[in-house]
Amino acid sequence: MTSIAHLIKTFTLWEFVKAHWLTLQYFFKPKATINYPFEKNPLSARFRGEHALRRYPNGEERCIACKLCEAVCPALAITIESEPRDDGSRRTTRYDIDMTKCIYCGFCQEACPVDAIVEGPNFEFATETREELLYDKAKLLDNGAKWERAIAANLAADAPYR
Amino acid sequence: MPKVTVDGLEIEVPAGATVLQACEMAGKEIPRFCYHERLSIAGNCRMCLVEIAPGPPKPQASCALPATEGQIIRTDTPMVKKAREGVMEFLLINHPLDCPICDQGGECDLQDQSVAYGRGASRFEENKRAVTEKYMGPLVKTAMTRCIQCTRCVRFAEEVAGIEEVGAIGRGENMQITTYLEHAMQSELSGNVVDLCPVGALTSKPYAFEARPWELKKTPSIDVMDAVGTNIRLDSRGRAVLRALPRINDDVNEEWASDKTRHAVDGLTHRRLDKPYIRKDGKLVAASWVEAFDAIKAHWTGEAAVLAGDQVDCETMFAARALAGTSMLEGRQTGLAYDTSSLSAVNFNTTIAGIENADVILLVGSDLRREAPLVNTRIQKAIRKRGAKVFAIGPVTDLTYKVEWLGDDLSALTKAPKALTEALKNAERPAIIVGGGALRYAGVHGAALAFAKKFKLVRDGWNGFNVLHFAAARMGGLMLGYAHDGGIKKLAAASPTLAFFLGADEVDYSLFSNTFKVYVGHHGDNGAHHADVIMPGAAYSEKSGTYVNLEGRVQRGERAVFPPGDAREDWAIFRALSDALGKRLPFDSVDALRGEMAKVVPALGVEGLANYGWNEPSLSAEVNGKIADYPIKDFYLTNAICRASETMQKCSSELVHGTQILEAAE
Repeated sequence: MTSIAHLIKTFTLWEFVKAHWLTLQYFFKPKATINYPFEKNPLSARFRGEHALRRYPNGEERCIACKLCEAVCPALAITIESEPRDDGSRRTTRYDIDMTKCIYCGFCQEACPVDAIVEGPNFEFATETREELLYDKAKLLDNGAKWERAIAANLAADAPYR
Repeated sequence: MPKVTVDGLEIEVPAGATVLQACEMAGKEIPRFCYHERLSIAGNCRMCLVEIAPGPPKPQASCALPATEGQIIRTDTPMVKKAREGVMEFLLINHPLDCPICDQGGECDLQDQSVAYGRGASRFEENKRAVTEKYMGPLVKTAMTRCIQCTRCVRFAEEVAGIEEVGAIGRGENMQITTYLEHAMQSELSGNVVDLCPVGALTSKPYAFEARPWELKKTPSIDVMDAVGTNIRLDSRGRAVLRALPRINDDVNEEWASDKTRHAVDGLTHRRLDKPYIRKDGKLVAASWVEAFDAIKAHWTGEAAVLAGDQVDCETMFAARALAGTSMLEGRQTGLAYDTSSLSAVNFNTTIAGIENADVILLVGSDLRREAPLVNTRIQKAIRKRGAKVFAIGPVTDLTYKVEWLGDDLSALTKAPKALTEALKNAERPAIIVGGGALRYAGVHGAALAFAKKFKLVRDGWNGFNVLHFAAARMGGLMLGYAHDGGIKKLAAASPTLAFFLGADEVDYSLFSNTFKVYVGHHGDNGAHHADVIMPGAAYSEKSGTYVNLEGRVQRGERAVFPPGDAREDWAIFRALSDALGKRLPFDSVDALRGEMAKVVPALGVEGLANYGWNEPSLSAEVNGKIADYPIKDFYLTNAICRASETMQKCSSELVHGTQILEAAE
């Protein structure tokens, strides 16, 4: 009996028809893909993307050179040098992140006592050369200025769970 | 010897021990802030609470409680735990939680102990106290809001440094630590309060915000700023030494270090010689090593004179001596020419730790406070603890303790005044300290030896004859024969064709106008200015070296960082030069060199006190004249490293010359 059913299916190209039916079904369904980069998926507030150094609303940099991020960084990607600024406060003279070493674990932002170093929502920072991935303080502060609104919103969204 | 029980463990403790010491002997850790082994007991932080039976049913401060027979001490009961948590909570009430910007972070007693013994969370919601910052001089940075009033700094200043300038004003919450009228601490040991401070109230000003303790590489080393041979730890990051801290060595420096030892390290990165130079048409021109060697070869006649500076290690002196192959060796740069036939007669025989036990001390032309601040603290201790009497010949100066001045006339050595003879008659352990500066007067050495003989300063189990040098290389140099008969003048009179100057910056170079001068050193200082060829060497932090301190203690330091640029370790320079001159030296490594050196001077092969025995050279005891002044005019600028150091310049202008370097106007 099974051999007869098999014969009929073979000669009517049943599998072939079934497959085309499936294709036809998807043809009328809404699409799952998006038109990146013009369309983007939503990101979690905890998404760990490109780093940024933040400032206070009055323009003062948050980073106080405590070096906890440097100490906690498992990839040894962060390098900090510090000295007293003219007003006597503790500030960094150098804050480098080697983005080629970074493993985006987010320990730096967890360690930061003043929410200065954060991993923002930006993941589109591919470069053409390696050197461009060696971030210095100016680049990081610039990132902070650029992404501040998104970062602040993310931190606020995550705050109740901390 | 009372027997006590600590947490069920019965131990015997020495009479006079405190409960805290008993607990330590039993291997129990007792948290503390105000208690310090080398300072008097204050008992004001209350962190060391333990439970004791018999006694009132309450926790007691163990640091101030003597251990007595049959005590049962508990350090692990719920009562003790709760008491510690309570004390810690009180201490943290007025302590700001600014650890991230505090330089003590990572090496803070309060931080560590609050993790180990604290509650973990604060219940304090009121306002914290704030205290204005105090000025304590160019080396100590203050953040008095962090102060927990342990008074270690006050006790240190009074008991060890001997200056009564630091104190507490006000009481209770309003108590504040300050210096008298907010003047800078006038002490050569002020940097030690930074180490003593258990919190971040007193931190190092030159090191402010530079690094965290966990990023530093720690290397044990020996200090070369004076002849004490302070055991230090060099903390370096990358190629720079960021700070020097004392290591504990009860025989030498206890756990103190002078300000010069601590803060001259920033001079190691300034004014460095990092490539060879050759003088061409009166100007020094950068050259390669090969060119430098060729220039020396042109003047090589098979031997050369060698003049060692104050900070040279024994390895360098030995390598130079082996290459130069001559008797024209001298280390006493300033022209001293005392007799060196017996090393014991130019040694600090009582030993640094031993001088604490002296009961009568005579200082001859020795400004101990500037020449060897750590020996000065020992004498301070001898006076405080054992009531020692100190007499001194020389111009009156402030040594931080009471001194009976016998005038500056040296004849007091031959005709001792009555007060001195009276004191010496009854003395059990009398000592004389002849300053390296006094030895420049003819006859002082002989007269001092005759004085020692007359009053039996050298007796059974006690040698009270001391010469106090203030150059780290001096004793090592003398052991290696760096003492020319008649001193540097006679050596110069022989006008050698070629001379090596090993970091010699205090030499009068006009004496050597006909000599081809090769300077081997690390700083572009006086020596480099006069040199015909400069070979850049390594500073003390950049080589593994053997040093002999003023008491004849052979000590070794390790290399913390590498020399800058083309500079090399000094012994390696001489090894390479020896190849160029066709006189190959028989060592290819520091170890091989040390082996060779130990063959020539066996005492240099063993770390520890070298035994010179005791024999007196027969010298004329005729002496007259006056001690005009002391050799060290400016404590902070005595050598090339200090002179290149910004911190030392600041200290000098402020503490010695009384002027403040003004900050550039904004």
